[in-house]
Amino acid sequence: MKFQENVKFEEDLDKDFLEEIKDRSGCEEIDRCIQCGTCSSSCPMSVYMDYTPRKIMYMIKNGFKEETLHSFTPWLCASCYSCQVRCPVQIKITDVMYALKRMAIEEKAYPSRFSIPIMDKEMHKILTENGRSSELWLMLKLYLKTRNLGGMIKMAPLGLSLMKTGRMGLKKESIKNKKQLRSLLKSVKEGTK
Amino acid sequence: MKNYTYYPGCSIQTSSKHYEESLLPVLKEMGVELEEMEDWNCCGATASLSVDETASATINARNLSIAEKSGKDILAPCAACYLSLKKANQFLKEESEKSTALVEELKKNGIEYTGKVRIKHPLEVLSQEIGLDALKDKVQRKLTGLNVASYYGCQVVRPYLEFDDPDYPHSMDDLMSALGATPVDYGAKTRCCGGSLTANLEEPGARLNYILLKEAQRKEADVIVTLCPLCHFNLETTQKKIAKKYNQDFNIPILFFSQLMGLALGIPKKKLGFSRSLIPLKAMWEKLENGGTNE
Repeated sequence: MKFQENVKFEEDLDKDFLEEIKDRSGCEEIDRCIQCGTCSSSCPMSVYMDYTPRKIMYMIKNGFKEETLHSFTPWLCASCYSCQVRCPVQIKITDVMYALKRMAIEEKAYPSRFSIPIMDKEMHKILTENGRSSELWLMLKLYLKTRNLGGMIKMAPLGLSLMKTGRMGLKKESIKNKKQLRSLLKSVKEGTK
Repeated sequence: MKNYTYYPGCSIQTSSKHYEESLLPVLKEMGVELEEMEDWNCCGATASLSVDETASATINARNLSIAEKSGKDILAPCAACYLSLKKANQFLKEESEKSTALVEELKKNGIEYTGKVRIKHPLEVLSQEIGLDALKDKVQRKLTGLNVASYYGCQVVRPYLEFDDPDYPHSMDDLMSALGATPVDYGAKTRCCGGSLTANLEEPGARLNYILLKEAQRKEADVIVTLCPLCHFNLETTQKKIAKKYNQDFNIPILFFSQLMGLALGIPKKKLGFSRSLIPLKAMWEKLENGGTNE
């Protein structure tokens, strides 16, 4: 028999997690949470989440860093801001989800095989390199990265009808001043470190 | 004459060409003058904000600074662009330690931005600045009898709540009334379509859009009008999957609000991108010809 602790001991909690999060943009008010659950009930994606938004708020306040950063929840946030406008204590919950995504990437804790973080990273890469995003190229790259050949084949009929109606560009879009954008991003990143 | 710096965004030049095709002549007809932003870059949508905060603010600052030089406010028809620009704008102006450092660093790199630009959505300009009376005066062909569900989605109405209600907005419904159409009381008007998740996650994607389509059908809508390329794409392209999965063939046309506006303003049908619809529009045309009754 393999023994596994199903309860986390207090001394294993990460006591600095709350302060760490509060330092991030939009997360300043997080310890106001009263656990009312308005966020979870407003969320159209909460039924699919491993932890509902209310639980995530609790976990942040109580030092469950590992569980929070490994969770799928932030990646399932569709950024609809329903929770944020309804929160009775004005926590910017959607912004907290964004902060968690960035933190999970920085600490390499995100679910790395899940298609959503892969899509976000790839899209960010394409648009910072070229200045514009190209839907077709992004989808192709995503299918390759997730080795999802089945998904690609399933999408083919849609791709065809989009092409027929002139709604799919084969061209890789880009701005004129790509070089300036790339060096701007690099230099600002170094300058604000 | 209203003047704006036009920020098209990436989607409007590919999958949502019919948004731009209909929006530009409509705005022109209503006296709004646009000049496309010089060498604009992608706003990063929800992706950049999920990956790199500084980069996200930087790419948006580049656009904001180009607009500021032109001395005009930005008009952004895509919900994701609209919100990304607004979010970055607020951040750059908030004068926190982080934002001040970023503004300084941007300046060193030739991107000057002092925070003067405002970001507007065409719906806001049409309903608030032009107004319904001016629109009614220009209507040449009333869309009598057409039941329209106005779908606002999320990012134009939330979280900034600037020109309409975040949960139950009405500005697009009012526009549709002004065109002679009948707005239906669409309870799902600001429920999320799943955004960029829908194309990748079949199950939640189909479910969220099923809810939206079902509610439109229940209210007997002939069409759903949208104001965002991604909402439009999701509502239109999930219908086949939904038909299989839930055994319900909705076949509800998804249009941009500007397409119906153009039609009512007397702009030739052919110039409004209707042929780009993936859902057959036959029933809608018949209804319009018969003034609301499908015989």
